[in-house]
Amino acid sequence: MKDMWTAIPARGRVILLVLLAALLVAPAALDRYFMSVLILIFYFAFVGQAWNIMMGYAGQLSLGHALYAGLGGYVAALLWFYFGIGPWIGVFAGVAVAAAFGAVIGWLGFRFGIEGVYFALLTIAFAEFTRIAFDNMSFTGGPGGLFLLYEEQRTHEWWNLRGGPLLFYYLGLALAAGGALLTAWLARSRLGYQWLAVREDQEAALSLGVGAFRAKMIAVLISASMTAIGGVFLAFYYNSLFPAQAFDIGRSIEIILAPVIGGLGTIFGPIVGAFILTPLGEALIALTAKFGVDLPGTKAVFYGLTLMIIITLRPDGVWPWLKRLLGLEPKS
Amino acid sequence: MSALLKVDGISKRFRGLLAVDRLSFEVPQGGIFAVIGPNGAGKTTLFNMIAGVFAPDGGAITFAGERIDGLKPDKICQRGIGRTYQIVRPFPALSVEDNVIVGALLHRHHVSDARAHAQDVLRRLDLYDKRAQRASSLTLPDRKRLEVARALATDPKLLLLDEVMAGLRPTEMDRIVSILQELNRETGLTILLIEHVMRAVMALAGQILVLHHGASIAQGSPQQVVRDPAVIHSYLGAEDVA
Ligand SMILES: Nc1ncnc2c1ncn2[C@@H]1O[C@H](COP(=O)(O)OP(=O)(O)OP(=O)(O)O)[C@@H](O)[C@H]1O
Ligand SMILES: [Mg+2]
Repeated sequence: MKDMWTAIPARGRVILLVLLAALLVAPAALDRYFMSVLILIFYFAFVGQAWNIMMGYAGQLSLGHALYAGLGGYVAALLWFYFGIGPWIGVFAGVAVAAAFGAVIGWLGFRFGIEGVYFALLTIAFAEFTRIAFDNMSFTGGPGGLFLLYEEQRTHEWWNLRGGPLLFYYLGLALAAGGALLTAWLARSRLGYQWLAVREDQEAALSLGVGAFRAKMIAVLISASMTAIGGVFLAFYYNSLFPAQAFDIGRSIEIILAPVIGGLGTIFGPIVGAFILTPLGEALIALTAKFGVDLPGTKAVFYGLTLMIIITLRPDGVWPWLKRLLGLEPKS
Repeated sequence: MSALLKVDGISKRFRGLLAVDRLSFEVPQGGIFAVIGPNGAGKTTLFNMIAGVFAPDGGAITFAGERIDGLKPDKICQRGIGRTYQIVRPFPALSVEDNVIVGALLHRHHVSDARAHAQDVLRRLDLYDKRAQRASSLTLPDRKRLEVARALATDPKLLLLDEVMAGLRPTEMDRIVSILQELNRETGLTILLIEHVMRAVMALAGQILVLHHGASIAQGSPQQVVRDPAVIHSYLGAEDVA
């Protein structure tokens, strides 16, 4: 753990501490709107990190991560809705269900050699089927959605995730930071090296004794679990869930954009990506609302363009470039 | 000396082509054994069967007294067989050191231990000074050495080397030859190597097997093999073996 900190150059440590301190005190100066943007940034940094573990480190392309977020959110929300079981417990159930789905997808894909694009199609298929199932189940609210009551008298039950923006701000910050720490720790472990080896060349990894199947399964389980936690966070933040949104491929794409733009297989990539993309997306929404244009798909087109521009200019993502710019390359 | 590796009548067919044809031989514990033969003779196919890339269609492979044919590559490596690829396959985006750490982690659970071991191996193979470079930036001779280093880091009992001298200059080749001799002498590592360069084969091998169209046409000491008329006719030809 300690060497994770000492591995960062001194200048980087200062920047990191200043940014962290700024984020900790920022709510005092921010209005509701900026708070809400930052909460979304934290969310995307966190679930982006989860996806980064699978794609950036283990090299497995999932385009159905909305599945895990949706399952986590729905399970915890349903437990709260029907039984009054709080999300701190519900999150375990949500994680368990999402991890079980991840295990099935991973097992099917990795046992039967469904790789690359075909694996991605498998993940999309699972998310789509789950969406259809949730559309047709009445106890989840069906296509009409599931709504959690926002009761004024309970807004201080932080332990039930009933609270205002401040609660979600700090929780989001903790998730984003915790996700980055976890990823950094994993990346420096034996498992992390095995992931990289599998990502780079699975056959060569196998011939060095790397248990590729096991390594990939663990990646899916960790990634699905983290994403489910993100889903619980989002469900209790928005207090509503709709199958058409929660399991939509658009959601899955949103999850992958931050790490892709920020830099795959890097700890700070998803964070940097989220800080770039989320404000741009929100600004776009604000602008289109102001001018009264409401073309469906505007955001998707915008994200697509942003992605194309950044991938053309910085194919490895923004973070590796930013790191050099800030003089944070470790001396070799 | 007892046999560490025993290959007993193995065959491999690719559609119509019989790539390896009822091949048998034994590699003694602590020995250096060379497989030579013209292009397409089935040498790499033989390695792929030993290393578990594909199972033989028939026959048996025994390593350290146990059947290993049909096991997957990761299991074979875990049992103590390291291999290099004729067409090198480094982990391109990783540093030279990290490439070797992956191998070293097979029998080590802490990355710090694996790094220390990887650095020892890199020193042995004259790659220590290049340890921070990306593997993709290495020259071909260095990549070949990295292949050896990575396999060696898994602490194998048997090392399979598929043409690691190809494309090297004579001085580089002599260096690899002496590194391998040293390893064999100091650590008792058993080596099975495929090689076209006869100079290296003659310097290293205690025994040679000549493969032709998947079958063995001669086996024995280097002196016996190079005088064998069948070998001269089908493989060595006019090539200078002295
Ligand atoms: N995976 C495969 N599928 C189909 N045919 C193959 C496969 N691998 C090898 N072969 C064929 O089997 C024969 C033996 O190939 P192999 O690579 O074992 O030869 P080699 O002795 O290693 O040759 P070289 O000296 O050129 O490396 C060749 O005709 C080759 O085309
Ligand atoms: Mg070959």
